[in-house]
Amino acid sequence: MTLKPYHARLSGWGRCPVVDGLLLKSENLAAGGETASLARGLGRSYGDSSLPADADRPVLDTTLADRLLSFDPASGTLRAEAGASLFMLNRVFLRRGWFVPVSPGTQFVTLGGMVASDVHGKNHHVDGCFGEHVTSLKLRTGDGRIVECSDRCEPELFRATIGGMGLTGHVLEVEFPMRKIPSPWIWSESERIENLDRMVSGLKEAARDWPMTVGWVDCLARGEKLGRGILMKGRWATPNQAPGKPPVVKRRLRVPFQLPGVALCKPNMKAFNLAYYWKHFQKLRRGIVHPDSFFYPLDALDDWNLIYGRRGFTQYQCVLPHADDNGPSRRFLERFISGGGQAFLCVIKDCGAEGKGMLSFPRPGISIAMDFPVRPAKTPALVHRLNELVIAEGGRIYLTKDAFTRAKHFRAMEPRIDRFNQVRRRWDPKSRIRSAQSVRLLGDDA
Amino acid sequence: MKAVFLGATKGMGRALARLMAERGDRLFLLGRNADDLKTAGRDLEIRGAPQPVETAYCDLLDAASFAPALDAAFRAMDGVDTVVVTAGLFAKQEEMENDAELANRVLSADFTGTVLFCEEARKRLLAVYGLSNKSVSENTGATAGLSSSVFPGNITRTAGQAGSGAPFPSPTLCVFSSVAGDRGRKPVVLYGAAKAGLSQYLEGLDHKYRSAGLRTVCVKPGFVATGMTAGLKPPPFAGEPEAVARRVLKAIDRGRPVVYAPAAWRWVMCAIRKLPRCVMRKIEF
Repeated sequence: MTLKPYHARLSGWGRCPVVDGLLLKSENLAAGGETASLARGLGRSYGDSSLPADADRPVLDTTLADRLLSFDPASGTLRAEAGASLFMLNRVFLRRGWFVPVSPGTQFVTLGGMVASDVHGKNHHVDGCFGEHVTSLKLRTGDGRIVECSDRCEPELFRATIGGMGLTGHVLEVEFPMRKIPSPWIWSESERIENLDRMVSGLKEAARDWPMTVGWVDCLARGEKLGRGILMKGRWATPNQAPGKPPVVKRRLRVPFQLPGVALCKPNMKAFNLAYYWKHFQKLRRGIVHPDSFFYPLDALDDWNLIYGRRGFTQYQCVLPHADDNGPSRRFLERFISGGGQAFLCVIKDCGAEGKGMLSFPRPGISIAMDFPVRPAKTPALVHRLNELVIAEGGRIYLTKDAFTRAKHFRAMEPRIDRFNQVRRRWDPKSRIRSAQSVRLLGDDA
Repeated sequence: MKAVFLGATKGMGRALARLMAERGDRLFLLGRNADDLKTAGRDLEIRGAPQPVETAYCDLLDAASFAPALDAAFRAMDGVDTVVVTAGLFAKQEEMENDAELANRVLSADFTGTVLFCEEARKRLLAVYGLSNKSVSENTGATAGLSSSVFPGNITRTAGQAGSGAPFPSPTLCVFSSVAGDRGRKPVVLYGAAKAGLSQYLEGLDHKYRSAGLRTVCVKPGFVATGMTAGLKPPPFAGEPEAVARRVLKAIDRGRPVVYAPAAWRWVMCAIRKLPRCVMRKIEF
């Protein structure tokens, strides 16, 4: 009875593009995956990664398949279905002193999505991506086989699936070790930073002493103030630092409806960024913070993507290799501004070593992510200009965020595509599994 | 709390069972598919339900399965204080109009099957606590024999006055009916009829047995986004299973006889019940 696909308007978190598609919601992923061209979790990828390439084949919605299959309290090894959300894992495990080894900036993601995007977090410089910690995956490949893969068993398929955007098969089950934490609270230190040079060097310095770091940048500041922002550092609090009680699940507010486009006009964005910067009026702040506020500040507002209005928004995230000076990041921000970009939010982070995922995004360097409203006449051109700079700097973009990149630009920054596609073809000779993004960027037939 | 679930593998039942597991209640699962039950049991154990979460076969369309399934649960947990029925079938009105066999299955499961299951559960819930219960003394063989052999005298205690904080919760029968049973409406003529009968039965049960200590909780969910309703266009006030489960659990703990979830549906249905027929004939709701 649940195996009936139905018509739905589908989009990523950026709400651009929006397409008509078929959605199939099932508790049984292995059965539901038979006809599906792609699997999709909570739809937190920004662009077209979770959108179907063809309107007549369904997308498998995994969110009903969220059962925990096994947990070993001695080693922490957890096995769960792909639709299990991080929000639910946190609710179950945080108060017992366990946390995922790597957490992205929102908890409304599924395990399947975390594998497909090979998510990274504030601890990337120490712990790498989520995929580094995954010990085993169960997949339904495009040719219909159910395969268990890991570093030892079908390692090529395993490495292609990590960061593989769900294109190597539908992820059915994920196994990884949860990490024991000393307390469920965060000891955090945040510092107001005046400009980009200090921000980048601050991130590099903080990386030596702190397991978790990230920087927020006021993207509307110009000239000498370019790159000013707030540098956040954190570690799990020790039991004697932490309050005696577990953190409660915070009440969230909801954006009730789609706001008009002018809500994010330049003066409003400027006011927000200015307020956020000067809210941190002390130079340095330290203390115990709620883990949700530290890891998922934006989750406090449900449906916050509606504030960008009807035309939606996009996030541009790239990683630029380190240089002796802070030239790459500076050139990037300058090009963004000269291209007419106005970012509402901008996040900066230094990345650690490259992971095992064949198409995984992070590599050593500085990662910059900026959210901005889509303006159909301007945004694609801006993205192309940014891509040209990223290619020249030897960096790459994050597929999970992308909606506008051209195939030739992607190919220029990703020599790894061919190897990835070879593995895909081996497990899916008829290319049954594809997405709107794989057609746009990876050379799949439309 | 020791609870038996019929229908905890999916939807609202799954969400409710998870909440109870997280607070450490003992659980026993009944259902049709052994594999699904086993996986759901493991899931609940990991979330904090005391091990083992055992399971037994039970199908609303197979009345012969009710007694053995409940007996297995009462035996395994050494008595039960809460029985939750979230199982049920749903089909669209047009589908049932064109398919008498489907209509028969939905009507049988949602009314006859559920009511007969509740009857079996009622007898056992009252018997376990040694409550004054005419039905048990009238009952021949199976249940009466079982209540004396499986449950020794030391469980016999007076319930009924057990409020919050009492060491032994009152026996509670929590059944998921639907707002569809509140008024005859165009999109749910047949399904609504079965649920109306079920709601009526539960109200009668509450009137008759509350004084004897059995609390009946009739849950009337409005539209809730689950696998059952996937593909239907959600109306205003659509709910999420987790939020519904939190509300229902509160109602179980307090023994509220009727609970609408999400809460707004209480007022929506209040208005719908008051609409004159000439309006109901015109609108498509």
